[in-house]
Amino acid sequence: MKTIIHVVLGLTLLTLVSCGGTRADFIISNESEPQSLDPHLIEGVPEHRINLALFEGLMGIDPKTAEAVPGVAESYTVSADGTVYTFKLRDAVWSDGVPITAETVVKSWLRCLNPQTASPYAWFPATFIKGAQDYLDGKAGPENVAIRAIDEKTFEMTLVGPFPYVLGALSHYAFAIVPIHAIEKYGKDWIKPENFVGNGPFVLKEWIPQESIFVVKNPRYWDKDKVFLESIQFLPTEDQNSAYTMYLKGEVDWVTKVPVDLISEARKRPDYQSFPILGTYYYILNLKVPPLNDVRVRQALAKAINRTELTEKVSQGGEVPAYSMVPPMTGYPGIQKIKEDVEEAKNLLAQAGFPNGKGFPALKLLYNTADNHKKIAEYIQQQWKVNLGINVELENQEWKTYLESRDRGQFQIARAGWVGDYQDPNTFLDMFITNSGGNDGNYSNRQFDELIAKAARMPPGPERFKVLEEAETKFIFEDMGVIPIYFYAVNQMIDLTKWEGWYPNVMDFHPWKGLRRK
Amino acid sequence: MIHYVLRRLFGIIPTLIIIITLSFFIIRLAPGSPFSSERNLPPAVIANLEKKIHLDEPLILQYLRYLGDVLRGDLGYSTKHTDFTINEFIVRSLPVSLTLGVAALTLALVTGVTFGVMAALRRNTLLDHGLMALSILGISVPMFVIGPLLQLFFSVYLGWLPTAGWISSRSGGLTLILPILTLSVTDFAYIARLTRTSVLEILRSDFIRTARAKGLPERDIIFKHTLRGALLPVLSFLGPAFANIVTGSVVVESIFDIPGMGRFFVNSALNRDYFMIMATVIVYAVILLVANLVVDIIYAIMDPRVVYE
Repeated sequence: MKTIIHVVLGLTLLTLVSCGGTRADFIISNESEPQSLDPHLIEGVPEHRINLALFEGLMGIDPKTAEAVPGVAESYTVSADGTVYTFKLRDAVWSDGVPITAETVVKSWLRCLNPQTASPYAWFPATFIKGAQDYLDGKAGPENVAIRAIDEKTFEMTLVGPFPYVLGALSHYAFAIVPIHAIEKYGKDWIKPENFVGNGPFVLKEWIPQESIFVVKNPRYWDKDKVFLESIQFLPTEDQNSAYTMYLKGEVDWVTKVPVDLISEARKRPDYQSFPILGTYYYILNLKVPPLNDVRVRQALAKAINRTELTEKVSQGGEVPAYSMVPPMTGYPGIQKIKEDVEEAKNLLAQAGFPNGKGFPALKLLYNTADNHKKIAEYIQQQWKVNLGINVELENQEWKTYLESRDRGQFQIARAGWVGDYQDPNTFLDMFITNSGGNDGNYSNRQFDELIAKAARMPPGPERFKVLEEAETKFIFEDMGVIPIYFYAVNQMIDLTKWEGWYPNVMDFHPWKGLRRK
Repeated sequence: MIHYVLRRLFGIIPTLIIIITLSFFIIRLAPGSPFSSERNLPPAVIANLEKKIHLDEPLILQYLRYLGDVLRGDLGYSTKHTDFTINEFIVRSLPVSLTLGVAALTLALVTGVTFGVMAALRRNTLLDHGLMALSILGISVPMFVIGPLLQLFFSVYLGWLPTAGWISSRSGGLTLILPILTLSVTDFAYIARLTRTSVLEILRSDFIRTARAKGLPERDIIFKHTLRGALLPVLSFLGPAFANIVTGSVVVESIFDIPGMGRFFVNSALNRDYFMIMATVIVYAVILLVANLVVDIIYAIMDPRVVYE
């Protein structure tokens, strides 16, 4: 027995002597292993953070406002009607020295839109660019997509309408510029460290799946003087508690999600960062199911929830009570808010034929399995019971099953969340037009559809916002097409007395350029 | 004996095929698809994604194709993590889980047997009660409690050990200690209790009384005669325990951020990552079947009463 113990101890010590690599300048606990590093094959937030280090589109991101700043494009001009954008490209090169030309941009975007690429975010450029949707749907060839290289350094795109928010979208990975020459040479493996070619402030040095992604400063990046970190390491830590513990011990510099149970503790620390983002948590009502097809019932349900108490006592993550679908946004006046009023809710329910909830069918409230959704659903269930006298049954399903139920309309009330793709009210509204993919509750109002379509043809400015406001008023205040609950907030840990160049912003976008140790 | 081993090895093949077949069809019964997401993808994109992995073909054809691929050793592509083949993932992650699992099981075995024997020999003493209380604790306190507690104590409070990570990229071998400890606790507790019970049983048997009557030294009685028989139940426990522990523990791997196989089990099922689910099932099945076979063979060597033909 003793010998066995000796052997085990010896082997253990031997392993312990072997040491790890050098510490990166900055380590981030990035929530999960990315789906891919190929910008056209990703769709998540952790992927986006890595993408920001490795690639840059025509536009970059301002770390303070998350608005568009020049990236590969040095400058641009817009036609009078706001639909034709002409970009002047700067002298930027790939990490292997090959120049980035307007032709590269054309080929890159076509790659994303190519139905063969099957990019999960291809719908995004397709909503903007003329002819792109038909190409994506396989109805037309790539020659119909209205993008072209005028000369080596001039790129032009024609939009379906004068979308003022298109510049903000151009920093998105769906509009990424990718090294076509490297992709042609290495195929699927172009993204592996040994073949990697990028144009971001950092290049991929090492990638151990599920363990670590290590990137180092790109010496060929056009704005390399503003890149202060020598290296960044992305850890796919799935366990939020561990990520927090690692942060406490100084093993990571940025934790992107503080576990809900630890927020009250974290909140006492100066390095706790909590800020609202452009995202709405809401309940979808299946408008085909009686009595939810009665607007009075929907309004009663929406008015009988105490959102302040919900965010302060139940969700507790710094969320903001939502009385509209669109979160507060610069320049957007916002609609007349939903008024919480139990008495009025009771009256509305009585008018609909259910005085004190009598005779109201037991509806099911569907949510995807997660502690916070459960707590919120329980709270709302309780509110409706106490305030309206109606019973709601809770039902949870794991994510994919829940998505399928939603998609097939097999639900009565369902929890949902939406985070804006760009900073414009449209991203929260256009998915509710008749028969749109995200419109699982089957909301349909011709006037709303027309207003959204009208806004899409208007130049930027207060007039356009007025039209969107009118649309949202119809959708929420009059029709109560969905029930907004709260606007999301993020809860993170990063010590801003130690790091500068990192700012809270409504998109939760944090470019790596400019980040440095104080 | 050799005849027996060969027969068992051949027996593994039909068992595996049955497992593959059942899993393949059961997985497809689950609602949702690998490509369902909150923002519905355009039908043309879905069609292309499905075409890439032949989801557009009749199920039976897909099954035959998959069986053919598996026979050629190709486990296909993950629909979630698209940059590597599943073979590449397994080749990287299985050794990680193996290292961790073998170390944890060895630790559990050594400490479990030692403590079990000690408890049995000092039956009904304070030592016995203490050890058995400890093992009850080990069985009943889940790993997702033990792991974070160890992290808090050893890495945050004392600052001796890294919180999480794996050898190659971060803190070196020290990073192994906490996950191994966490992973070994449950098996340690089972083994300690099993050993104690069976040592007590054997100590009461006739051949031990005979040995004592003959005046054999107590050391020989324990190590030569008692342990050999007493370890048989532990041995049968080890087969499934080995398969369990080396294919990775989801809990330990996510707490300690370890790039092992365990995480694939749960994540692939949640993502409807059809081929990754199949791959994890196959790896698990092979290891379980082989581990059981090995246990049976060792059994035959240790227990003269067992005869294989």
